[in-house]
Amino acid sequence: MRLREIPITAWVGMFGIAIAFFCALFAPLVAPYGETEVVGGVWQEADAQFFFGLDNLGRDILSRLIYGARTTLFVALAATVISFSLGILLSFIAAVSGGIIDTAFSRFNDLMMSIPTLIFALVVLAVLPQHLIVLILVMAILDSTRVYRLGRAVALDVAVMEFVEAAKLRGEGTTWIIFREILPNTLSPLLAEFGLRFAFSILFLSTLSFLGLGIQPPAADWGGMVKDNKDGIIFGIPAALVPGAAIAALAVCVNLVVDWLLKRTSSLKGGRGDA
Amino acid sequence: MPELLSVRNLRIEAVSHPPGEPPRRITIVDGVSFDLQKGKVLGLIGESGAGKSTIGLSALAYGRGGAEITGGEVILNGTDLLTLDNTGIRKVRGARVCYVAQSAAAAFNPAHRLGDQVIEASVRHGLMTKEEARKRALYLFGVLGLPSPETFGNRFPHQVSGGQLQRAMTAMALCSNPELIIFDEPTTALDVTTQIDVLAAIKHAIEETHTAALYITHDLAVVAQISDHIMVLRHGKTVEYGSVQQIIEAPTQDYTRALVNVRQTARMEASDQTSPLLKSDNVSAQYGNGFKVLHGVSLHLCKGQTLAIVGESGSGKSTLARVITGLLPPSEGKITFNGKTLAPALKNRSRDDLRRIQLIYQMADTAMNPRQTVRDIIGRPLTFYDGLRGAAKTARVKELLEQIEMSNGFIDRYPAELSGGQKQRVAIARALAAKPELILCDEPTSALDPLVAEGILKLLMKLQEEEKLSYVFITHDIAIVRAIADSVAVMHRGRLVRFGPKSQALSPPFDDYTDLLLKSVPEMEIGWLERVLDTRRMESAGN
Repeated sequence: MRLREIPITAWVGMFGIAIAFFCALFAPLVAPYGETEVVGGVWQEADAQFFFGLDNLGRDILSRLIYGARTTLFVALAATVISFSLGILLSFIAAVSGGIIDTAFSRFNDLMMSIPTLIFALVVLAVLPQHLIVLILVMAILDSTRVYRLGRAVALDVAVMEFVEAAKLRGEGTTWIIFREILPNTLSPLLAEFGLRFAFSILFLSTLSFLGLGIQPPAADWGGMVKDNKDGIIFGIPAALVPGAAIAALAVCVNLVVDWLLKRTSSLKGGRGDA
Repeated sequence: MPELLSVRNLRIEAVSHPPGEPPRRITIVDGVSFDLQKGKVLGLIGESGAGKSTIGLSALAYGRGGAEITGGEVILNGTDLLTLDNTGIRKVRGARVCYVAQSAAAAFNPAHRLGDQVIEASVRHGLMTKEEARKRALYLFGVLGLPSPETFGNRFPHQVSGGQLQRAMTAMALCSNPELIIFDEPTTALDVTTQIDVLAAIKHAIEETHTAALYITHDLAVVAQISDHIMVLRHGKTVEYGSVQQIIEAPTQDYTRALVNVRQTARMEASDQTSPLLKSDNVSAQYGNGFKVLHGVSLHLCKGQTLAIVGESGSGKSTLARVITGLLPPSEGKITFNGKTLAPALKNRSRDDLRRIQLIYQMADTAMNPRQTVRDIIGRPLTFYDGLRGAAKTARVKELLEQIEMSNGFIDRYPAELSGGQKQRVAIARALAAKPELILCDEPTSALDPLVAEGILKLLMKLQEEEKLSYVFITHDIAIVRAIADSVAVMHRGRLVRFGPKSQALSPPFDDYTDLLLKSVPEMEIGWLERVLDTRRMESAGN
């Protein structure tokens, strides 16, 4: 891979993601004010001191945006990683084993997918204790059903290739076949899907926070911030639009990178050139 | 006699995108010139990548896959096709020049009836009315020897056999009364027994309609039957151009001589064929849906020898190999190896049993993981069976590379960075790394060019000497059988029709199928096709 071959759009996307991660990592150093610190009047307008103005309780929106990147990115990233690990593992086992295992996994997956995700999440989160780990796991498991579908489809294509048969003839176990023969050959579509799912996770988390079941106040997160400030829109106060724009910008950035990865997704014949 | 087609100094270029390197321009065809008269056939011959198909398509002023005609002239009846604009060239394609593709199965639209597709071009070009075109198609179906020509056009592509489809495609090309037809390897994908019928039909049709033709193939024996002139191509350049007689009987270039003389080696068959290493006892097999593909096959192979299994596609020869490896457990019968009965299913066999029997696939492309380097591909069996790691493994991989006559520099390459022949060599090294006693070769050379295939066969012979290997060699090529086998098994529709030492199996008296098979193999001899057809006619008259 050469740096020059990366298109400008991908650079923009990567730059945007890098800023978000930088804010998340160094929030206390970057943010001008504290996460929950009340620094002025309710919905005070933006000026030189408060770049995006203040929110419904008089907290600095810019600072909360920076702190919010922490929870938003961490929860979304953790949920996506877990959902991919789970989805890929189960789908590859199903594809390699076939028969009863494949049928059982796939039908259970269909069952899970037949329940609307948001309603399922709302019910489960309302019952379970309000905890970050629970939130991440629920998001991951719900998302893994989508990953499973894709993973099984791409793995089935590769599992019938002769080099997999050759590995079986050699006497290799399922673990080797999954991780050494199939996974490297399905990495490109899965990576692209990863970027896409990551963006979806952010949106899903925002949705949950907006409904009051995601990140709990006073901790900042982008979706929650939209909810806190939504009433201001009626009075012409743009405070809710700032975190909304941040969500949109991050989703766009991730998709710019994903588009580039998708273009690089090439046939199995590719050697050194791709992914 | 005026020239129908004159190609002058043709030059075709394309942009290549090698993996991991910046794109660059390459010349595919360089300075090729030839003439073709009405009613004559010119054979274009060469290995893959020689530019023969590209030259053929240039007669349609078409460049496939980014190829671009950058110089020269293609003059058809006085007009230079390369100077025509899109509208002009469209009037030529399908009307005055037609094309017959290699894979008729892929070239026909499966959703339309054959008859409609055959007459489509003629009707669209306004050359004849639908009725006239139907009549002409009917006549052509008859000329091409298709069964019940009246109703043949009502069938869909999947309802006829591969050989019939190829003939239907020839009818499609002939329908508009073209001045020139380009045949692009029309019989390569067919079995020898089918090939001979299609060849005869094409030859008859060309004589009947006085069309000129370019016949593209890599099989010199085939082209010798059908052409008047032959052009031998290599790396986009003309190696030799002359009459069939001159090319076959007195080639002047080394490359042509190598092509003509390919596979003249013959192996003396082993005299002692009594103590079997591998034995198949009355083996039957079926796929999940109850469709039986093997019927009671019994044969054996002795240590250090080669058993060739021949038969057309669908005869069950690859299935037999799958049964031996355990991929498909037999429904009846058993496989004995070294005096011990092998477990029917792969998962019940010990690691050592698996090590002793290795398989080499027809397509080395798909048989190797594209994301592994040569080091990983060859090294994995070493780690898996012998526990070799680190420097010891690398040293052994290098040793194996030497055995397959490849340099150490290939060790970190990916399969995509190897040529077809090199890939097959790496696949052989992978099999060898397991220190097997028996290697099953499933048509390992049929996807390769003749000279490359010859190299692979020589390598296999050399390894057999060095390592005392036994081979089960699956092929449809009788010439290979003659060259390498000790014993021969002929299969037809899942049954073993003939089995024995080579000298016995390939000499008369023959059963009907073996006779047909042996007589259908094209020989590099002018007039072979007529001779075989005459014999057939006499036989059927005698009956």
